[in-house]
Amino acid sequence: MTMSQALNLALDQALERDDRVLVLGEDIADPAGGISGITAGLSTKHGADRVLDTPISEAAIVGAAIGAAMDGLLPVAEIMIMDFIGIALDQIVNHAAKLRYMTGGRTPSPITVRTAVFGGRGTGATHSQSLEAWFMHIPGLKVIVPATPRDAKGLLTTAIFDEDPCVFVETVALYAQRGPVPIAADFAIPLGKAEVKKPGDDVTIVSYGRGVIESLSAAANLEADGLSAEVLDLRTLVPLDVPAILESVSRTKRAVVAHFATRFAGPGAEIAAIIGKELFGQLAAPVERVGARFTPIPSAPALEAEVFPNAELIAAAARLTLGKND
Amino acid sequence: MSMTDSQPPPSAEVQRRMYELMALMKAADDRLSKGISTGEFMCVYWPSRGQEAIPAALGVCLRPDDQLVTTYRGLHDLVGKGVPLVEIYGEMMGREVGACRGKGGTMHIARPESGVMLSTGIVGAGIPVAVGLALAARRKGVDRVTAVSFGDGATNTGSFHEAANLAALWELPVVLVCQNNLYAEMTPVEHTMKIDRVADRALGYGMPGVRVDGNDPIALYRALSEAVERARSGGGPTLVECVTFRFRGHYFGDRMTYISKERLAEAEGNDPVPAFRARLAADGVCSNEELDRIDAAALAQVNEAVQAVLDAAPPPVEEVARDVFADAENCPA
Repeated sequence: MTMSQALNLALDQALERDDRVLVLGEDIADPAGGISGITAGLSTKHGADRVLDTPISEAAIVGAAIGAAMDGLLPVAEIMIMDFIGIALDQIVNHAAKLRYMTGGRTPSPITVRTAVFGGRGTGATHSQSLEAWFMHIPGLKVIVPATPRDAKGLLTTAIFDEDPCVFVETVALYAQRGPVPIAADFAIPLGKAEVKKPGDDVTIVSYGRGVIESLSAAANLEADGLSAEVLDLRTLVPLDVPAILESVSRTKRAVVAHFATRFAGPGAEIAAIIGKELFGQLAAPVERVGARFTPIPSAPALEAEVFPNAELIAAAARLTLGKND
Repeated sequence: MSMTDSQPPPSAEVQRRMYELMALMKAADDRLSKGISTGEFMCVYWPSRGQEAIPAALGVCLRPDDQLVTTYRGLHDLVGKGVPLVEIYGEMMGREVGACRGKGGTMHIARPESGVMLSTGIVGAGIPVAVGLALAARRKGVDRVTAVSFGDGATNTGSFHEAANLAALWELPVVLVCQNNLYAEMTPVEHTMKIDRVADRALGYGMPGVRVDGNDPIALYRALSEAVERARSGGGPTLVECVTFRFRGHYFGDRMTYISKERLAEAEGNDPVPAFRARLAADGVCSNEELDRIDAAALAQVNEAVQAVLDAAPPPVEEVARDVFADAENCPA
């Protein structure tokens, strides 16, 4: 099934199996079923009092989710496009992330905030951003970015029932992607567990989300030249599966970290620093980072293509670590 | 105003209870002021002295299972909702006996067993959370009410706007209690909004709005009980603007250069605590002996709580790492 279908099924099953689950967001109820159709059919099946259309009020959407979660519900709040999450940032950062800690564990806030990256469609600078680095930086938030339909379903299910607030980042460019998906309602992938999407020996490409797809393409490209790249899909940024990263890179001795978020001060910077410190004497080359160029995202397709990374750039970075660039 | 004239006045018992709460709130704030000024102890706090009537009235209108969201200027609100003083002071002074084990401090006290779900340090940010608590009550089918306390300044935030709109749209059981103490931090309210009455904003959201003398416990009781009853019976939210004054500035230590001495003196002349005490005596609701006993009991309770906190230990250092997440596996260092 597609990633869209996998996400829809995860939400449907969560609503079915647990009365505490609530979904809220803009345009999510039927007939619209969400801007990308991820919530299609849910309000009809589960009721408009459990799948709630909201006004354009991101701060109130997330704040209400937090209040409901503090009272024992399991709300899934949608921020339609990740660029809008700034409006809800106060609630996410100053309440959701911190409530467990600053109340000594008395009023935790187990919300799930689903949001979607719209980059790559020419929508321009305020409708294209990958902002997951913001949330990695806030102690108390879990950050999840699935790359495949299977991972999307398994991770969303885990996020919804997780006791901590989770920012679940979907990627519109991956919604139509097809793949095998376990349909059991209790199929759940634990957070903090990376997955080797393609094993290899010569270089590790660490990535997540859309970057995984481009990295796999890069790996195929490298394979044609007899170079064996291992693609490690982080799946979650917080908790970060450091043991898996170090296990892979200690074998290959070379690492490329690739993501669609801006390279400068992006998630890759933290990962590269960890690899550089933990494996300092063992690396055969400096850790390479591939990410978006440091610009707002331009609208014209020819320009947008210049800003975002792609398989060729990732492959080139891998070759750099192998000393095989021309 | 006419809306609340039809509400019955509080019984003698309820009036006495309100005064008990006000006396305790005043004693609690005075004791902090004294302790910090003399160097007996140190903590940061945002004094509520002068605003006691509002949470005293709210305290008698709410049930124990009703919920409260408040702000960093919450000492009086917390006392009104029944949070033990030792837990309030303990939290303010960073002891493990504090309501939040010393992790949250003055601004972030929560005590769900007393219905206090959130104290927030972000102006206006509590109202969306209150909307969510009310939404949960409705989902669960319980007739619980959520009261959210905030100041005049909060009504200018985007969060207030979004949440008030949502509360009205969804007809949620929320009582929005605006403690208009006439200053938003150091700026007088007339310099922060074009309109005169915060209550008039309610019209724009489609909910009832009431303005009431925030220093008159009986008027407050009428207005708040009506709002609570409306929420509890499914009639949706109400914005209750309670006009009052704060005697000790924005934060403790604030030199209040922005308030004229005359204005402060006039406000202190209308101090709601001695005013209500005098009224109860004049109306024959309580004898002077009874009122003396209440005052003495408040003082004793406050001193006992301070001593217990000063004798208490700070949280152990291991507490630093606890509760970032439900479990600490793979939590960054």
